Amino acid sequence: MTRNILLAGFGGQGILFAGKVMAYAGLIEEKEISWLPSYGPEMRGGTANCSVCISDDPIGSPLVLKPDILVAMNLPSYDKFINEAAPGATVVVDSTLVEKRTERTDINVFYVPATKLANENGLKGLANIICVGKLLKETGFASYDAVEAAIRKCVPAKKAAMVDFNLNALKLGMDN
Amino acid sequence: MAERFLMKGNEALAEAAIMAGCRHYFGYPITPQTEIAAYMAKRMPKIGGTFLQAESEIAAINMVLGAASAGVRVLTSSSSPGISLKTEGLSYIAGSDLPCVIIDVQRGGPGLGGIQPSQADYWQATRALGHGDYFAIVYAPNSVQEMVNVVFDAFDNADTYRVPVMILSDGMLGQMMEPVSFPEREAKVLDKPWAACGHKNERKHNIINSLYLQPQELEKTVVDRFKRYEIIKEKLASAENYLTEDADIVVVAYGASSRIVKSAVNAARAKGIKAGMIRPITLWPFPVNAIADAAKTAKRFLCVEMSMGQMIDDVRLALNGAAPVDFFGRTGGIIPSPAEVLEQIEKLAE
Repeated sequence: MTRNILLAGFGGQGILFAGKVMAYAGLIEEKEISWLPSYGPEMRGGTANCSVCISDDPIGSPLVLKPDILVAMNLPSYDKFINEAAPGATVVVDSTLVEKRTERTDINVFYVPATKLANENGLKGLANIICVGKLLKETGFASYDAVEAAIRKCVPAKKAAMVDFNLNALKLGMDN
Repeated sequence: MAERFLMKGNEALAEAAIMAGCRHYFGYPITPQTEIAAYMAKRMPKIGGTFLQAESEIAAINMVLGAASAGVRVLTSSSSPGISLKTEGLSYIAGSDLPCVIIDVQRGGPGLGGIQPSQADYWQATRALGHGDYFAIVYAPNSVQEMVNVVFDAFDNADTYRVPVMILSDGMLGQMMEPVSFPEREAKVLDKPWAACGHKNERKHNIINSLYLQPQELEKTVVDRFKRYEIIKEKLASAENYLTEDADIVVVAYGASSRIVKSAVNAARAKGIKAGMIRPITLWPFPVNAIADAAKTAKRFLCVEMSMGQMIDDVRLALNGAAPVDFFGRTGGIIPSPAEVLEQIEKLAE
């Protein structure tokens, strides 16, 4: 089985970090994985996106064009990718920042007010991990334990205090 | 199983170079290779090595020439426009029979071009890495793990044959993270009696030089070097064959585009099309035999590159008319999609 994941949003929303957490969870479960960021002008204020593949087999193309898991954290990303999602895809949209609703009926879209939830729960800047939590609940892309371990691995030692906030955001996403 | 780390291609190249005994890095920043320099800047001071950000690419390559002359393992890295600047120094290095490793993380060109992934430097790497009659060994890894493996080979073969070795990467492979484990492989330590590293009056001094005003003398150095190239061609040419045994259509691709092609070949197989792939791992020497052997059974070849078609010249030379060759490429920083490549394979299968 191969999961082709695309995460997209503004630079600064932690898109690449969220992708890294998902990739690390795959690594911990001994899967084949790849993580490919957009780089360049997008990162300086425009849209940032990140392709993650988690697979039982060696990965060919690491570039995800037809995601079966999509996270859209802002309107430009939603507009760009919602029609690219593969039929049957699981999509998480940050509905605090995206007011649109898709007319597609062949994909499972979850509108999560991630930014609002983060702000209201003292988790400012962690809307990304709330989205990962929602994905975890809806797709089971990895076990909870693997994602928790991945967060502990990905949060740099200098910011160790952020681990608990990330875990709270993960749980919040799973509950919403 | 050895521990697997999640690392960017650029970082894995840098760590593997250190493990292979490289303690000297000279470079100048340019996207998309800067992580190599950044990694070296962090690590080298901790292990007694030298990291130096030079004032330009030209200065950096000449520092490489100096360090290589003293017999140490030395690395520089850049991206396409920066490699163009380094070619003068590379030619001097080749003419002086010095070993070094140089990494090109390719971006779109010509000119300053763009910063997205490209394979438009194939001709430069394999044909014209500077003026004069010479070649460099060129490795083209296609995964973060393979980058680690070729770094060891690159340093070992640079020392063995006293030639510059290039690792031709690109923005996609440099920026992507994949699991990687580091081999338990010792850095090969070669005696370098030619090195200009101080003689304490105990031997004749060594001279490192690429200037020969007597043509007979210069011709001899070039001819001797080409004798080594013959050995290199025989020993080092390397390719991966993927599902080629019964393939009617063989796609030839290297580096990043071979990852896309692998997905396309799998999709073609799922549709009942007998497609396969040959992936050159060394671009110079080019794996001529792998291509020629495949022509005994395959009906058609398709070359896929992130350029307007450069490696296709070598594929044609290797085939020597034995089978028709088509081309598909995207350029300017565009990565072709597996669907686009599949469409080309399907067209040829009709």
